[in-house]
Amino acid sequence: MIKTKQQLFGLGIAMGLGVAAIGLPQAAQSAWEPKKPVQFVVMAGKGGGADKAVRFMQSIIAKNKLAPVPITPINKPGGSGAEALVYMKGKKGDDYTLMFTLNSFYTTPLRQPALGVKVEDFTPIMRMAEDTFCLWVNSDRKDINNVDDFVKAAKAKGNGWIMAGTGKASEDNLLTDFLNTTYGLKMKYVPYKGGGKVAKELAGNNADSTVNNPSEQLGFFEAGKTKPLACFTPARIDLFKDAPTFKELGKDFVYFMQRTVVGAPGMSKDAEAYYQGLFKKVFESSEWQGYMKKKALQGDSLSADALMNYWKKQRDVHKGMLMKMGAIKG
Amino acid sequence: MADILLHLIQGFAIAFEPLNLLLIILGCTIGLFIGAMPGLGSVNGVAILLPLTFLVPPTGAIIFLAAIYYGAMYGGAISSIMLGIPGASTAVATTFDGRPLAKLGMADKALTAAALASFVGGTISVVLFTFVAPPLAHVALRFGAPEEFSLMMLAFATFVGLGGDDIPKTIFSIAIGLVFAAVGLDIISGEPRLVFGDIPGFMHGINFLVLAIGIYGIGEMLWTVEENYKAGGKSMMSDAVITVQRTISNLKELLSTWKTALMGSFLGYFVGILPAAGATPGSLMAYGIAKQISKEPDKFGKGAVDGVVAPEAANNAASTGSMLPMLTLGIPGSPTTAILLGGMVIWGLEPGPRLFTDHADFVWGLIASLYAANLFAVIINIAFIPAFIWVLKLPFTLLAPIIFVLCIIGGYAPTQDMHDVWLMIAFGIVGYLMRKLDYPLAPAVLAIVLGPLAEPAMRQSLLISGGEFSIFFTRPFSAPIMIAALILLALPLLKPLLRLVNGKKAKA
Repeated sequence: MIKTKQQLFGLGIAMGLGVAAIGLPQAAQSAWEPKKPVQFVVMAGKGGGADKAVRFMQSIIAKNKLAPVPITPINKPGGSGAEALVYMKGKKGDDYTLMFTLNSFYTTPLRQPALGVKVEDFTPIMRMAEDTFCLWVNSDRKDINNVDDFVKAAKAKGNGWIMAGTGKASEDNLLTDFLNTTYGLKMKYVPYKGGGKVAKELAGNNADSTVNNPSEQLGFFEAGKTKPLACFTPARIDLFKDAPTFKELGKDFVYFMQRTVVGAPGMSKDAEAYYQGLFKKVFESSEWQGYMKKKALQGDSLSADALMNYWKKQRDVHKGMLMKMGAIKG
Repeated sequence: MADILLHLIQGFAIAFEPLNLLLIILGCTIGLFIGAMPGLGSVNGVAILLPLTFLVPPTGAIIFLAAIYYGAMYGGAISSIMLGIPGASTAVATTFDGRPLAKLGMADKALTAAALASFVGGTISVVLFTFVAPPLAHVALRFGAPEEFSLMMLAFATFVGLGGDDIPKTIFSIAIGLVFAAVGLDIISGEPRLVFGDIPGFMHGINFLVLAIGIYGIGEMLWTVEENYKAGGKSMMSDAVITVQRTISNLKELLSTWKTALMGSFLGYFVGILPAAGATPGSLMAYGIAKQISKEPDKFGKGAVDGVVAPEAANNAASTGSMLPMLTLGIPGSPTTAILLGGMVIWGLEPGPRLFTDHADFVWGLIASLYAANLFAVIINIAFIPAFIWVLKLPFTLLAPIIFVLCIIGGYAPTQDMHDVWLMIAFGIVGYLMRKLDYPLAPAVLAIVLGPLAEPAMRQSLLISGGEFSIFFTRPFSAPIMIAALILLALPLLKPLLRLVNGKKAKA
């Protein structure tokens, strides 16, 4: 019996050495490596913008063999991210669960305090990009060529002006509220499922305006069906040189949507460092850089404490916006 | 026209490259089995295999994924017929008559009918796709919330009378289905509904598959276990034989269903084109209409071949149709095409109005591959029918635990959440009891499929109109659909009235 144990022990050492020898090149960079498939939680359903981005990152990792194990996406679309957040909360201390988040990462916990989650709980891995927003109208509206025209037309129609967006208290809703208060409009906000659907409603003249991400309208824009009037960015977007920023128009307001990889609460420091390294590589890959350029995504990569500080700041900004909107109290 | 043919020939040259041809055959075969597994379905199949496609060039990769999607549409009918469990929501309507046929010992007939109807539907829709794609893309774009709601009303209306004679029980069944459909996040108000004190599993709503596998899979099993007990252990899942002679006589009989197949194909294609509708409403509507126009409507639900042909022709036609808004508008017509869309983006094939001009090679290669996929899928499917029949001959005591395990996996796979498995088992028991008490189950399933599509569309429309129902009657596309729906709804009420009038005339 003792002999068997010793044999097993010896075998273990030999195997350990073998593994260490094979893993040596990577081991020089970071000691910890995942030993089983990593779950990548998506806060939205299959086929949505976030889901596509996750599957894209998964394929970059697989194609360039950046990780020794598969990264498997899993969709938790319920309740504007509430389901995903509760799921992550239950994965406390787990080194094998990541999540891809948008701005519902701030707004959902603010609107549903009963969930008992806050941004400070999560492990900051890497901000992969910031998506931008523009104000769009259908190209058939020859009378609308700038924000002034837009304000005039929207005012004339009062609450008969339809602004299509992606859900109550979503990014689109916050921007619609901003436009309504800033320009004294009464646009009616109609929520649809997903940004692609919203973009289509505008192109088909079933809505008067939208505040889509560039990537959602790009196809219709290139086909000459829709046009951007102005963007909520600090500087003009290369793809839409003619559209000014709201800043240029004298409104001190920029708005982004984060696209960030988050780790489970209480993830070990080693795993945190590993995933930060992994997603840094994904960020720097030519595929991701090309994707960002094509989708008019902005923002540098951001991780660790800097990312946590960014989250806290954004959370406070969103708290103010939601309070103004009346979606939450104090 | 000559232009299109030229493009198509070039497309065939791409589709018939050895590698692409191999990928089509492989994709169809994988798809067939993925579709046949309850709960796995084409959505999950395509999502799982997406990263594997890096090994081949982009066009080959998309052709492979499209072939899986296509094969799964064929495969979905297999579990619907053999086990009574719809593998995907698109195959629900196939269970209504496919399962009774199998129970009557005619599984071979039902499977052959499903395969051939799928082939007819798929081929007609690819031809339509080839020649009348761009103008229809324009129609799809004009389809807004009011049009969507009118279409859903039409889908409900085609199902009037499906539930049988007991009207209160049918209404109860529809109502409970609509309540289940309401669970989860309400996108209009942004609030969760019926989540029973924030149970996370309810937040994503009740997945159609959980209900369908529950009441059809588990419920059917419990039912058969009881029958088996009564029959002294001699009952079978399905009693079937397959011989050449039988197959020939089946084929002869199938020829008479050509009208149904044509109706299903055209209907499926046009419904499939509309964004967000997809193959499920298309196949349900085709079934409903097939029953309405049939000379023997009483046979429906008890094993009518037309009841298998109509939805199968429609769901394959719709799956091709739903590629149209995906390719031309970048709007997926179904969840599976949404993943295909993601795949295309990964390879830099940006869907949208310019895809046809910028990547003509890819588009026509894909269209040509659909012709080929159709042919291979039907051949592979028919070749496997004897094997499926053989499986049905296994003793029930052996088959039952296997099916039960398949059901559990099917309930777990889409969300990877045990919550859904418990819910599915609960639905199974409820479904069994409902059947014992003679409640029709089809209306409940219909409601949970169409409810989540109809409800937001109605509320968006009313938000736009400021609460005026006239919005459904004043728009050029919505009005005729809504009026057709209302006429269909009123028909059962009018029939006795007409009979009364005619009767009086006859007497006078």
